[in-house]
Amino acid sequence: MSRTKLVLTGNYASAYAVLHSKVEIVPAYPITPQTTIVEKIDEFIETGMLDATMVRVESEHSAMAVAIGASAVGVRTYTATSSHGLLYMYENLWWAANARLPIVATFVTRTLGPPWNIWSDHQDFMTLRDSGWILFMVKDAQEAYDLTIQAFKIAENPDVRLPVGIAYDAFVISHTAEPVELLTQEEADKFLPSPRAIQPLLDVDKPYSIGNLPRADYHYILRKNLWENILDAKKAIREVGREYGELSGRDYSSLVEEYKCEDADTVFISMGAMAGEGMDAVDKLRDKGYKVGHLTIRTYRPFPDHEIKTIAENAKRLIVFSRALSNGKGGILYDDIASTLYREGQRIETYDIIAGLAGTEVSEEDFMKIYYDTRSGKLDTGKSIFIRRGEYV
Amino acid sequence: MGEVMYPVTEPGEGAAGKTGNWRWQKPIIIIDKCVKCGLCWVYCPEPAIYLDKMGYPHVNYEWCKGCGICAHECPSKAIEMVSEYE
Repeated sequence: MSRTKLVLTGNYASAYAVLHSKVEIVPAYPITPQTTIVEKIDEFIETGMLDATMVRVESEHSAMAVAIGASAVGVRTYTATSSHGLLYMYENLWWAANARLPIVATFVTRTLGPPWNIWSDHQDFMTLRDSGWILFMVKDAQEAYDLTIQAFKIAENPDVRLPVGIAYDAFVISHTAEPVELLTQEEADKFLPSPRAIQPLLDVDKPYSIGNLPRADYHYILRKNLWENILDAKKAIREVGREYGELSGRDYSSLVEEYKCEDADTVFISMGAMAGEGMDAVDKLRDKGYKVGHLTIRTYRPFPDHEIKTIAENAKRLIVFSRALSNGKGGILYDDIASTLYREGQRIETYDIIAGLAGTEVSEEDFMKIYYDTRSGKLDTGKSIFIRRGEYV
Repeated sequence: MGEVMYPVTEPGEGAAGKTGNWRWQKPIIIIDKCVKCGLCWVYCPEPAIYLDKMGYPHVNYEWCKGCGICAHECPSKAIEMVSEYE
């Protein structure tokens, strides 16, 4: 059987990945812009293509609670949510990570209200930053498909055992159709182990309880253990990405995607859909003779410290685009990068650009304008600079 | 790679140690009044009550936290709660 290429939205690409991963249970609650993922999965189930149970729960909090229960008995589990749904799910998202459950979820990023807004920024996603979830952010539907399949293999790895989230921007990716090459079912089956290989935490023949009161000293060690495991997970992510590359021809062995960075003196850093605009801007600036590159952060947690360090060894200026804000501090991605540079003892020019909040568009012209203004010294390093549709605000 | 540690516990003595010293009152079973219905055994949340071969209940004071549920449920008032401090 040969591979098919379908024109799919990001959400349908995620649903196809769930189909090919032979997910067994999908507890989900609808919220724009995530809804069409689970609608499509429901269609796969209803038409007999996918042998799974869809649990129609009364809230996102319950969706993750069902996911926790299912994953604890070793069932391959998937759910998806967005924005206020993600925040409503929040308590159990941390619970899933601390219980070391290999759940996979898609987070379609959407601005938090009030005021009401269904468009993308990364504020909802960033609340998961410290939770212990392995977090990917992808920039197109193909990556959404590819990484969702890889996510199960990473999460279920006995040396990792952490939930994995795949995030992408509302509408720009979730509802925009593009050609996506799918694995055949045989290829996916060969790539992913059977769900029966998942080590269950709960087993009727060998009773355990999860989350009993421990001594604080022991609890501290559990925290340290998760921290070590999520850092070690970089190895598993690279290994699974390499293996997927051999299978599909699309390599994911790096935590980041470098675009024309080799000889660049200035590197844009961004994540999600706006990376496309960043790379277009790089092409235009290169045409004019400027040595510019773009770095896309695809694996957000564990954070690609080593890759950032390598980029900063060659570049003299990093321009970081954050689509989420730590109120009272600065751009969240910027602070991640700045902290890596400080820990590595690297002192180079960095710029904190806040762009695309509340779903405002980020264009290649925005990237170019920022580049020119950093060159001419018009912008301050280290200060949060807000740009909205080409204007500083 | 470090081995993954799970926040799970096997049934056993419990990570918090013996819980009998949490108790400030203890259940005393008055065998003369006992009708061997076994309700105390059913209701004990620990469980710290066991039944002997005759069907009479006994309390394991190493684990009994002194909650008093057994005394409350006993239909023949055969369990008395007595202070640990008097």
